[in-house]
Amino acid sequence: MIISVASGKGGTGKTTIAVNLALSLSNVQLLDCDVEEPNCHIFIKPVFESKNTVFIPVPKVDTKKCDGCGRCQEVCAYNAIAVVNKKVLIFSELCHGCGSCTYFCPHNAIEEENKEIGIVEIGKKDGTQFVHGKLNVGMMMSPPVIRAVKKYIDKKKTVIIDSPPGTSCPVITAIKDTDFVILVTEPTPFGLNDLVLAVEVVRKLGIPSGVIINRSDLGNNKTDEYCAEENIPILARIPFSKEIAGLYSKGNSIIDALPEYREKFQDLYKKVEQIKNESVKR
Amino acid sequence: MKVAITSSGDTFQSNVDPRFGRCPYYIIYDTESESFEAVENKSSLAGGGAGIQAAQMISNMKVEALITGNVGPNAFRVLSAASIKIYSGATGNIKDAVEEFKKGEYKETSAPDVGPHFGMNMK
Repeated sequence: MIISVASGKGGTGKTTIAVNLALSLSNVQLLDCDVEEPNCHIFIKPVFESKNTVFIPVPKVDTKKCDGCGRCQEVCAYNAIAVVNKKVLIFSELCHGCGSCTYFCPHNAIEEENKEIGIVEIGKKDGTQFVHGKLNVGMMMSPPVIRAVKKYIDKKKTVIIDSPPGTSCPVITAIKDTDFVILVTEPTPFGLNDLVLAVEVVRKLGIPSGVIINRSDLGNNKTDEYCAEENIPILARIPFSKEIAGLYSKGNSIIDALPEYREKFQDLYKKVEQIKNESVKR
Repeated sequence: MKVAITSSGDTFQSNVDPRFGRCPYYIIYDTESESFEAVENKSSLAGGGAGIQAAQMISNMKVEALITGNVGPNAFRVLSAASIKIYSGATGNIKDAVEEFKKGEYKETSAPDVGPHFGMNMK
């Protein structure tokens, strides 16, 4: 089973859940897909065994063949090309590597060259296989790096994916084709606002989901009301705890310091499995 | 000569918009006929590359000079390649900006004066 951990709002506890869930299970793989700011490795402390570079193809114009017709500019959906005074200007930082310009150029004047946008590192810690991606500084296109991380998915293992926050392309790329999405939220107006958006996304993608309310004793009960109205299962509640916050700030997992939590995370996994199986039956 | 002015509205009394790529309108003023037309900026809400797209558009319209508040680096590259003269730092309404331009009170801008995404979340 592939479980992704997502949230609308940032800083709700995705990494805490992903890391501790992974550490409480066996035959498990943890993939940190928050490639703009990966941080699971701080808690897992893996030994990295290999590293790969992630490239995207960006256009390069052969000025001998180009007559400045502007077709490449017209077909670029990302405004990455301008053609003025019959000269092609390419803004590779906006390029998604879709290949449209190369395909549509009537003079075969565009070649593609690889541009490095990030890396993927593969390692392990005890029984946990760990993979994460890092987008290079100054790059904007995280989905290709996320896809490169997800190539390492081993379906024979339980796969936990730590998603980036938000509801845009990087999140979709991270949670797409997973079997279940755990949505981590906090019971505040901001948390709820962004949870509603995240629920819309997972529903559109047709992935079964459930909610974890972190810092559950703060804020108000509007999140509970929303989940009840919308029939969204609440998988767990984690109270606001100075002890847990202290562990996090030092880069320690909850499981290692407070072993009694292991069982709680195993129960969480069982709940997820149960809801997923029920949804398949339906 | 055609001059483009970034504008908050579609009239000659509208204010100069400080953003190049994400202003709602361009007032295209013709110095010979002393007439203008207002052109909607279709890239004002683009996900990215609004400045590039806007520069492409005014270049296609054979504009030779631009009066605006600020120009970012990507738009600057396109405008320069299109040999469009840039006069940034303009404020007030379009009518006054045109008058000042005609009197030669603006200095040409030789470098981008804001970073990328400057106009992104301004209303």
